[in-house]
Amino acid sequence: MQTSTSWRSFRMAAWLGWVIESNWTDPFLFAVYSIVKPISGAAILVIMYGIISQGNYDSALFPYIYLGNAFYIYVGAVMTGVSWAVVDDREHYKTLKYMYIAPIYIPLYLLGRGVARFITGSIAVFITIAAGLLFLNVKINFAEVDWLLFFVTLFVGVVMLALLGLLLAGITLTVARHEGFIGEATAGALYIFSGAIFPLDVLPEWLRPVGYFMPTTYWLELLRRSLVGDVAQAFPTLANFSNMEILGVLLALSVFFGTVSIYVFRWCDARARELGLIDRTTNY
Amino acid sequence: MSASLAIETKDLGRIYKLRGSKKETRKELVALQGVNLTVERGELFGLLGPNGAGKTTLIKVLTTLLSPTSGWARVAGADVHAEPDLVRPRINMVSGGESSGYGLLTVRENLWMFSQFYGVPSKEANERIEALLEMVGLKDRMNTKSSDLSTGLRQKMNIVRGFLTEPEVLFLDEPTLGLDVGAMRDVRKFILDWLKADKERTLLLTTHYMAEAEELCDRVAIINKGKVLACDKPSVLKQRLQKDALFEIQVSPLNGLTQQHLLDQPEVTKAAISETETGAKLSLSLVEESALARVINLFTQKDVKVMNLTKREPTLEDVFVDLVGRSMAEEEEHGQP
Ligand SMILES: Nc1ncnc2c1ncn2[C@@H]1O[C@H](COP(=O)(O)OP(=O)(O)OP(=O)(O)O)[C@@H](O)[C@H]1O
Ligand SMILES: [Mg+2]
Repeated sequence: MQTSTSWRSFRMAAWLGWVIESNWTDPFLFAVYSIVKPISGAAILVIMYGIISQGNYDSALFPYIYLGNAFYIYVGAVMTGVSWAVVDDREHYKTLKYMYIAPIYIPLYLLGRGVARFITGSIAVFITIAAGLLFLNVKINFAEVDWLLFFVTLFVGVVMLALLGLLLAGITLTVARHEGFIGEATAGALYIFSGAIFPLDVLPEWLRPVGYFMPTTYWLELLRRSLVGDVAQAFPTLANFSNMEILGVLLALSVFFGTVSIYVFRWCDARARELGLIDRTTNY
Repeated sequence: MSASLAIETKDLGRIYKLRGSKKETRKELVALQGVNLTVERGELFGLLGPNGAGKTTLIKVLTTLLSPTSGWARVAGADVHAEPDLVRPRINMVSGGESSGYGLLTVRENLWMFSQFYGVPSKEANERIEALLEMVGLKDRMNTKSSDLSTGLRQKMNIVRGFLTEPEVLFLDEPTLGLDVGAMRDVRKFILDWLKADKERTLLLTTHYMAEAEELCDRVAIINKGKVLACDKPSVLKQRLQKDALFEIQVSPLNGLTQQHLLDQPEVTKAAISETETGAKLSLSLVEESALARVINLFTQKDVKVMNLTKREPTLEDVFVDLVGRSMAEEEEHGQP
């Protein structure tokens, strides 16, 4: 009963999320959104890098920045994919209360709603990296890629991001205003503190611990190392750690944040019921 | 508690904390107070009350969406606050007057998805969907995107969503709100047919249409300002007024006749005047029928002409007036805190 309820919640939510996400009534708009936007973002980064480094694309810093930026697409996509479902169902479709009174497991329902954004995010990441390889001077030696490390890291990271999304969903539930910005704001803040496009060493010393505490820092580092190996030494902060050590830290932090997320969500959920916020609409 | 009860509440209360624009104006609003209700399985139970009476709040508590601030409630044998996971598989809920649903999905897809959340086998779900849509006259729109439906049709889809999962206890919050007369009739008939099909099915509906409560419900609770004022069969509620004789009198012109003039007559217990285009409509409640002669006499003195006179049976509206001291419409105008 328990597992079938959970699976049902997840599966149907994933289906619903996909129908909503893939509603490309205008394929042109979809192409702009999911292809042109990430590529032009990456291109701007490459041009800026080119100007600042005076065209030194052989430096280890270049793939560091490019891959960091590309994989960061997942952070926004997966996290907000999960938490946005609360806003969407509560405000737009007015169905959140009907989901709540249904015999489903709400956390798994929300995680399921994030699956579609994970898929479209994956497409964007793939296209960005392919464009980098083809047109923007990015070099990956496919013979040296550590695929096992890459996929293990990717999997752990996506689960970790989805659970962070659940945490945001909980907060979103208890906040009746400006709820739409919570996901974006968090993704924006993490961009600075995860060594996505510049090493943590660039930050003032007192801010660096924030970055060390973020699982996304270790996740991005491992993804880069698995794809381009030694070039990743451009991130001096973690140079003394082996891949396995970093994976260990990533796992430990993921378990920690995942557990915190689940408890925060439960607490927020109970609070939303106390305050009567589950069917609250803001009527801007 | 008895296993046969569908709904049971004990001293149920709900207070909302209101946050004003500034800290100092933190107030409390009592939405429900000391509600004690029991609904048997198989009953069609009505909650009748004006705007703001607390009907929706009570439904939200009973459907596990909102925690009570005092007392407790059990639905289908389980505590709504402590055991929502036991309550949810057995209930469903529909609120009228709102258009919810996923506009991108067709009517059938919307309904099918919800049936899947309840674990109804897909084939059976499709059969039920077709049958129910047929009953509410929506079958030909089954493959229309729900965003292309009118508000009223979307409400019908929503009503089907509530019935589709065959809940033991179904909650309908103003199910006919905003529907036209024909659709209202369809929905009422549909509700009665559904209940008839299985004696264990229980339905609680809220309404502020007196006629709806009277026509549909086995028992009615009259609720005002968060309190249940009376709860019984409509016929029993009306019996308490049966001793009075009720008259509706159409007059023209009013010629300065006031409510006080009418109440000054010793046999008149209640009087209301509402002006109409041609004159006024008087609603009178008399101790006995023979007292009518005196009232007519008063009209003659004032040169007020009687256009139409009907004796009528008491309605739940009269019960409400008897309990609260004014009509539901007046209560909605003046009753706001
Ligand atoms: N979330 C909330 N926060 C604060 N007050 C609320 C909230 N929801 C309802 N109320 C107040 O509680 C009281 C009861 O509201 P409720 O919606 O239960 O009434 P109702 O009987 O359903 O009325 P209506 O016929 O208008 O639907 C009202 O005074 C309302 O303003
Ligand atoms: Mg209401």
